[in-house]
Amino acid sequence: MVDFGGWDMPVQYPAGTIEEHLRTRTHAGLFDVSHMGEIDVRGSDAIAFVNRLTSNDVTKLVDGQAHYSALTTPAGTVIDDLLVYRHSADHLLLVVNAGTTEKDWEWIKSHHNGESVELRNASAEYCQLALQGPDAQSILQPLTDVPLSEIKYYHFRPGTVDGVSGIVSRTGYTGEDGFEVYAPADRAEQLWNKILDAGKTGTPTGVLPCGLAARNTLRLEAGMALYGHEIDENTTLLEANLGWITKLDKGDFIGREALAQQKAEGIKRRLAGFEVIERGIARDDQDVLVNDQKVGKVTSGSPAPFLKKNIGFAYVPIEYASVGQDIKIDVRGKLVGAQIVKAPFYKRAK
Amino acid sequence: MANVPEDLHYSKDHEWVRVDGDQAIIGITDYAQNSLGDVVYVELPKAGDEFAASEPFGSVESVKAVSEVFSPLAGVIASINESLADEPDKVNSDPYGEGWMIRLRMANPGEVDSLLTAAEYEDFTKAESE
Repeated sequence: MVDFGGWDMPVQYPAGTIEEHLRTRTHAGLFDVSHMGEIDVRGSDAIAFVNRLTSNDVTKLVDGQAHYSALTTPAGTVIDDLLVYRHSADHLLLVVNAGTTEKDWEWIKSHHNGESVELRNASAEYCQLALQGPDAQSILQPLTDVPLSEIKYYHFRPGTVDGVSGIVSRTGYTGEDGFEVYAPADRAEQLWNKILDAGKTGTPTGVLPCGLAARNTLRLEAGMALYGHEIDENTTLLEANLGWITKLDKGDFIGREALAQQKAEGIKRRLAGFEVIERGIARDDQDVLVNDQKVGKVTSGSPAPFLKKNIGFAYVPIEYASVGQDIKIDVRGKLVGAQIVKAPFYKRAK
Repeated sequence: MANVPEDLHYSKDHEWVRVDGDQAIIGITDYAQNSLGDVVYVELPKAGDEFAASEPFGSVESVKAVSEVFSPLAGVIASINESLADEPDKVNSDPYGEGWMIRLRMANPGEVDSLLTAAEYEDFTKAESE
């Protein structure tokens, strides 16, 4: 077990990280992600308020839809990345990272400026279980009254799972199809065991419980950012390839001006995916070199169990960020050859 | 419980030593491979490289972490287990057999007596995991 944002969490279960990772890609994996924070926003100005604090366009959401977004600083850098769920026009749910929940909560409260909203840090009230993988729907459907096939990607519905009221959303952090179930915190164990049973855990093709290490390798293969690694208060959304959640035309939001200016001037560095070509594994924080000059740092580096390659992300000057660029990674004093490649590294067949 | 064969010597850095004449065969223990998880990469020295006791001679990487491996004894590398380059998971499946790492020509064979016995190592890992 490791301390993760104040939560005791398993790095891996007995099957081990590689098996957990592969099973999620081929069948199903179950992740206890109850550590995620939930902030409830209610009131007639809920949409306007969240739209002012985040980069994506909240006015585009319909009831029962969610989107990926970011809480931004005036400099266009990232306080946190999050999911915004729209229950109704006057009720949104923000799902944020565990380690940043308190910071986000303070930030959101301190930027409340007269809007008619009621804010509540509801993190302790929820458990969150993520069932991910191609078998997720067939495992979950018998347990829930929600017609899962009707839920589109990044949509959700209220309903019951094993008789427990909550919401079921077609979202995840693995690059696979799958669902996230939000329910009252005291029902976590019941739902965990029920889903494992329904997914025939313990059989060769059954669902596997997955730990933090597999969660990280899965999201990295799928090219998704991890707060504190690819994004933080020193990286702008545009540098992090998150232009697609940066809606400069939606009206004013915190950081809009800085991001518009950066877009006009052009970014000087960019987050780039790389694949290690020579023998060795790149790890977080290692230096990236081009022509013997230090040009950047690895933000996440790891073996990719499904692709069977060693991959990573690094910030590099824009002139070295093109696909095919040769780079070197300083792996504990040894320079190991790598190449910039297209991210995401892994895309599931649809 | 981790497997701790009676006939080997152990270090507090979780390496094992099997004495074979003036050479020592060295690898990491069952306890160590179990704490590391799936081994995906093993970096070993070259034959002829010289190490002092307790000096790192290589590294073992799991998906999540990198750990240095230390030479429990002083000596010169006689040979290495080349097969770990393609099958690093032997360190997990057979840590005391096919997962061996290096053969060391010992500088001072008497140094082996300073290592832990199986019983001492077992007590040491129990204390460490408490």
